[in-house]
Amino acid sequence: MQYQSQSVAKPYFIAAIGLFVGQILFGLIMGLQYVIGDFMFPEIPFNVARMVHTNLLIVWLLFGFMGATYYLVPEEAERELFSPLLAHLMFWIFLIAGALTVLGYLLVPYATLAELTHNELLPTMGREFLEQPTITKLGIVVVALAFLFNIGMTILKGRKTAISLVLLIGLLGLAVFFLFAFYNPDNLAKDKYYWWFVVHLWVEGVWELILGSILAFVLIKTTGVDREVIEKWLYVIIAMALITGLVGTGHHFYWIGTPEYWQWWGSIFSALEPIPFFMMTVFAFNMVNRRRRNHPNKAAVLWAMGTAVMAFLGAGVWGFMHTLAPVNYYTHGTQITAAHGHMAFYGAYVMIVLTMISYAMPMLRGREAAPSVRSQVLEMWSFWLMTVSMVFITLFLTGAGILQVYLQRFSDNPLPFMVAQDKVELFYWMREVAGVVFLIGLIVYIASFFVGSRDPEPVAGAVEPAAAA
Amino acid sequence: MSNAKLAIFLPFVESARVVSMNEKETIVVDTASAGVAAPDALVRYPPGDLAIWIFILAELLVFGVFFSSYAFNRMNHVELFNQYQATLDRDAALINTLALLTSSYFVIRGVVAAREGNNRLCAHWIWGAVAMGGVFLVVKSAEYSHHIGAGISLSTNEFYMFYLSLTFFHFMHVILGMVILAAVAVKAGQGGYSREDHVGVETGASYWHMVDLVWLILFPLVYVMR
Repeated sequence: MQYQSQSVAKPYFIAAIGLFVGQILFGLIMGLQYVIGDFMFPEIPFNVARMVHTNLLIVWLLFGFMGATYYLVPEEAERELFSPLLAHLMFWIFLIAGALTVLGYLLVPYATLAELTHNELLPTMGREFLEQPTITKLGIVVVALAFLFNIGMTILKGRKTAISLVLLIGLLGLAVFFLFAFYNPDNLAKDKYYWWFVVHLWVEGVWELILGSILAFVLIKTTGVDREVIEKWLYVIIAMALITGLVGTGHHFYWIGTPEYWQWWGSIFSALEPIPFFMMTVFAFNMVNRRRRNHPNKAAVLWAMGTAVMAFLGAGVWGFMHTLAPVNYYTHGTQITAAHGHMAFYGAYVMIVLTMISYAMPMLRGREAAPSVRSQVLEMWSFWLMTVSMVFITLFLTGAGILQVYLQRFSDNPLPFMVAQDKVELFYWMREVAGVVFLIGLIVYIASFFVGSRDPEPVAGAVEPAAAA
Repeated sequence: MSNAKLAIFLPFVESARVVSMNEKETIVVDTASAGVAAPDALVRYPPGDLAIWIFILAELLVFGVFFSSYAFNRMNHVELFNQYQATLDRDAALINTLALLTSSYFVIRGVVAAREGNNRLCAHWIWGAVAMGGVFLVVKSAEYSHHIGAGISLSTNEFYMFYLSLTFFHFMHVILGMVILAAVAVKAGQGGYSREDHVGVETGASYWHMVDLVWLILFPLVYVMR
């Protein structure tokens, strides 16, 4: 660790992993509720489990992004963080606000939570993924502003690199687009329209900048390839991500009462969204092939390459599958969407946060550059367990989705929703099994932090000519 | 495992090796484009940075998809497209075509000047190209204000939807191209290029030619062809 203040990243990473476990547990509960409808009812109804599953995902990814930023920015800016104290303070505020919100979801009915938090003063509750009470949303804004101030001042006073600037633009965009969470028009079409300004422009817009810059940072550090080369790729990738991602918002505007031209705009631009992800895959593999050194932290390199591949598959390929308006006409809101959501979030954002944790955690825990061999072996096991089980979750949900589309919307005698759901039960069972394997992978991942802590560091090797292939 | 069984795997092994060789080739190509002056900078192909070519190809793909969508849509509404195509100002579009062609010529002169190590001359030509881009923006804006004044929007009909979308998307590219050229011109003005290293000029020039090229397809497609 080059700068003392980078250590503020550690609690953020630990909290992220902790909430990740919570997210997966609720995912398993909900997965079971797909087939055993009254499982854990009335304590945890399906809608609550779903809310907790998705909200925890967003919150722990935000913890991960913030931790990654706190680790990355001092090193890029070549100076200590502007205010480590502020970073620590914001950590506790965010964690406590997040915990209280989840407890609120679990302990009282949602309507009561709305009353308790005086939602009527500024109604923002009740929208998918943005269910947080208004007070929590305000808290998020405060935390985001303090965070941006802290990071912005650090970058402003230090060295400005393409990586830190792209990251800052991404984080700024994240904060700005979140403000649409406070705009809650009565007109349902408008409501949905602006809701996507948060949801889509986050994951298919500004988050991609965050993803790109963190990936570029880890690749510079682990491969030793010239910064100049990596930054050039970063620029091309984010330019493409923004062009396709911003206008690509239109693929959510097909059937919500917006003008018809969105079917063209949305189809054309979102169909090209896989391109930047494909470039990212080429980029990651190219950089690793051209590496100047063999970094001793092989697990981190594995995560980085895994991110590029899985983001392309999950966000790129699975997104393309149902993005064209004539296809989406049938698949909209079915299990196809769920399949895409799972692999895209895991491949792009879960994996990039785990990449950064994998790279930074050894230094944060006082090691030179890498965990012990035993720990890395375990971590790579967890990589494969989680990644392969996520591929299966996605495939099973895709199977369920295709069948659902056919039975419920495409066949000559369309079945009602719940009848169709009964018919795809087998896929849900298999998805649940894959989910259990994912949880095992996650447990192995956590165990890897506690194994071989006292073992010596693996040695960094020079690149042999043959190794470049 | 018997030899015969092994042989089944051989083609796979061989093809795997070919793939890895290709990767090495990519590496070689990439190294040449690392942005540092290569000794053979004058004859290098493609000109400019490899990264801009990846970007150019991706952009051409976007426009290509857009043009095909236009073509397929026109097939179904030939009469509507012909009727409203007549409302467009072809003279303005012709002026714009000439403006972009002239700008591309200026850019070429700029590249030639840079190759000779003449930064001052290079900057003059590139600024000239930026100015012609400005002409394009003014003329196109006048066209837009005419359409908006007539109450035309994306929802008016299929033809206007495509006309406005395509030309506006290209309009944004002209602006981006001008920004890139301006950056090149500023650097040239500061004496930032040399006979050995002028990759930046060629990079900007390549992008600008792409913007011009797209218009050369867009103009006949949307304004002229019946």
